[in-house]
Amino acid sequence: MSNLSTSADHHSEKFVESTARQIWLSALAKASPATLLPLWEALDAPDAVTLRPPEVGMVMVRGRTGGSGDAFNLGEMTVTRCAVRLASGETGIGYVSGRDKRHAHAAAVIDAMMQSPAHRDRAERLVIAPLQTAARAQTEAVNRKAKATQVEFFTMVRDRKA
Amino acid sequence: MAYVAVKGGERAITNAHAWLAETRRGNPAVPELSVAQIREQMQLAVDRVMAEGSCHDPELAALAIKQARGDLPEAIFLLRAYRTTLPRFGASVPVETEHMAVQRRVSAAFKDIPGGQVLGPTFDYTHRLLDFKLAAEGGVPAAAPVADETMPAAMPTIASVFAQEGLLETPAVAEDAPEPFDLTREPMAFPAARDQRLQALARGDEGFLLSLAYSSQRGWGSTHPLCGEIRMGNVSVGFVPEELGFEIEIADVTMTECLMLSGFASLDGELPQYTTGYGLTFGHNERKAMSMAIVDRALRAAELGEEVVAPCQDSEFVLYHSDTVEASGFVQHLKLPHYVDFQADLLFLRRLRKEQAAARAAAATTDAMKEAAE
Repeated sequence: MSNLSTSADHHSEKFVESTARQIWLSALAKASPATLLPLWEALDAPDAVTLRPPEVGMVMVRGRTGGSGDAFNLGEMTVTRCAVRLASGETGIGYVSGRDKRHAHAAAVIDAMMQSPAHRDRAERLVIAPLQTAARAQTEAVNRKAKATQVEFFTMVRDRKA
Repeated sequence: MAYVAVKGGERAITNAHAWLAETRRGNPAVPELSVAQIREQMQLAVDRVMAEGSCHDPELAALAIKQARGDLPEAIFLLRAYRTTLPRFGASVPVETEHMAVQRRVSAAFKDIPGGQVLGPTFDYTHRLLDFKLAAEGGVPAAAPVADETMPAAMPTIASVFAQEGLLETPAVAEDAPEPFDLTREPMAFPAARDQRLQALARGDEGFLLSLAYSSQRGWGSTHPLCGEIRMGNVSVGFVPEELGFEIEIADVTMTECLMLSGFASLDGELPQYTTGYGLTFGHNERKAMSMAIVDRALRAAELGEEVVAPCQDSEFVLYHSDTVEASGFVQHLKLPHYVDFQADLLFLRRLRKEQAAARAAAATTDAMKEAAE
């Protein structure tokens, strides 16, 4: 149907060892708080002990010289991180773009739930899968709009015989 | 230069700032602008503030624009100041722009670039006539048309298209490359390698870089550029958190990239190939990315055996003057009290005038005496 792949799929093409945890952590990190938080509130997550309270900081984003060469520092971006532990022992880590502390905390708890046999199915079904579907739909909508602006060159052929 | 402590302005300053706040709000009968409105409807201003503020956070950039009353260099200053309050978690894995989810991608050099010419949301080909329908307010425009088919998620770069033939310079990753220079941690130093120059250009003032690029096009250190490729879209940013020890993608960041083709050279004894200049910015900002690419190429003059004859080729000139916060700060510091400088100048000028007046009077007397003697 579509030759589109999400960037998580890209990732798995590039790095074969890309794990399920990398993919769900990315889905949580990239989601906007406006998309994630309603899903989070409906999740009825188990209690979690905060190991590292949500902290806002920066990551220096690097580019490559000429697009393919050595790294250079392009500029920073805001990132929020958080770490929690469930009563059952799983440790969850949230690293999310932006400065929303609820986002980072929710991501950490959901990461822990995804590692717990007792909670994984629910977290997958109620949060991760909807996030991935929404992200895919968003990427595809942008892609189709771009496709609609693709130039279709045509060349006038002059009849030289006349 | 000397500054003098001046007291007594406190009440005046407080009142001035209160008036500033009132002026910022404008006519209270007009609804107040929200940060979300700026973020959504002044996107290119937000993009510029993030690029030159060297901090990607659309909310913060929009807030800075609101606080600065739309003065973008002031907003950039606010964002730069804010970023100094945050800890650094680390550096990202270098982004792979080749995997960009392209919204726009054009090549002015190569019509048949694989993946095609994709215009995206562009001002190009508009007639630049004021649209009074926008002044009429209200209404959501019709949704942009969507194609029945999708495009490949990633498009080959122009460099990769010609890589096999070796026609275009394609920088490779050095195995033993040191950590890239970081202007936020180290002071500007010369000679500046390309990583340091690219960081400075990425943070640099768009207007300054535009003028330099223009000067190069007009012959002041000409680079004769052709636009190999411009692309804009979302790029995935990967990061390796210390607690995890493996990479996760933490964001899709909109970026604009430009590769300028400019002049042939035989690099490392290879057959001649196109040399290139590179531009990359946060957000959608083609003017900046193109200017950056032209200036990057111009600054490679010495490396490529070209004579350095013009400002745009002189890395000290370009890098010392490209930062809007530094430039604006140094020019505008002249507004602060320089009473002692002026007082000292006045004393000197008065003495100078007195001495010269006396010297002239003495000379006039001597001349008069000479004339009288003759």
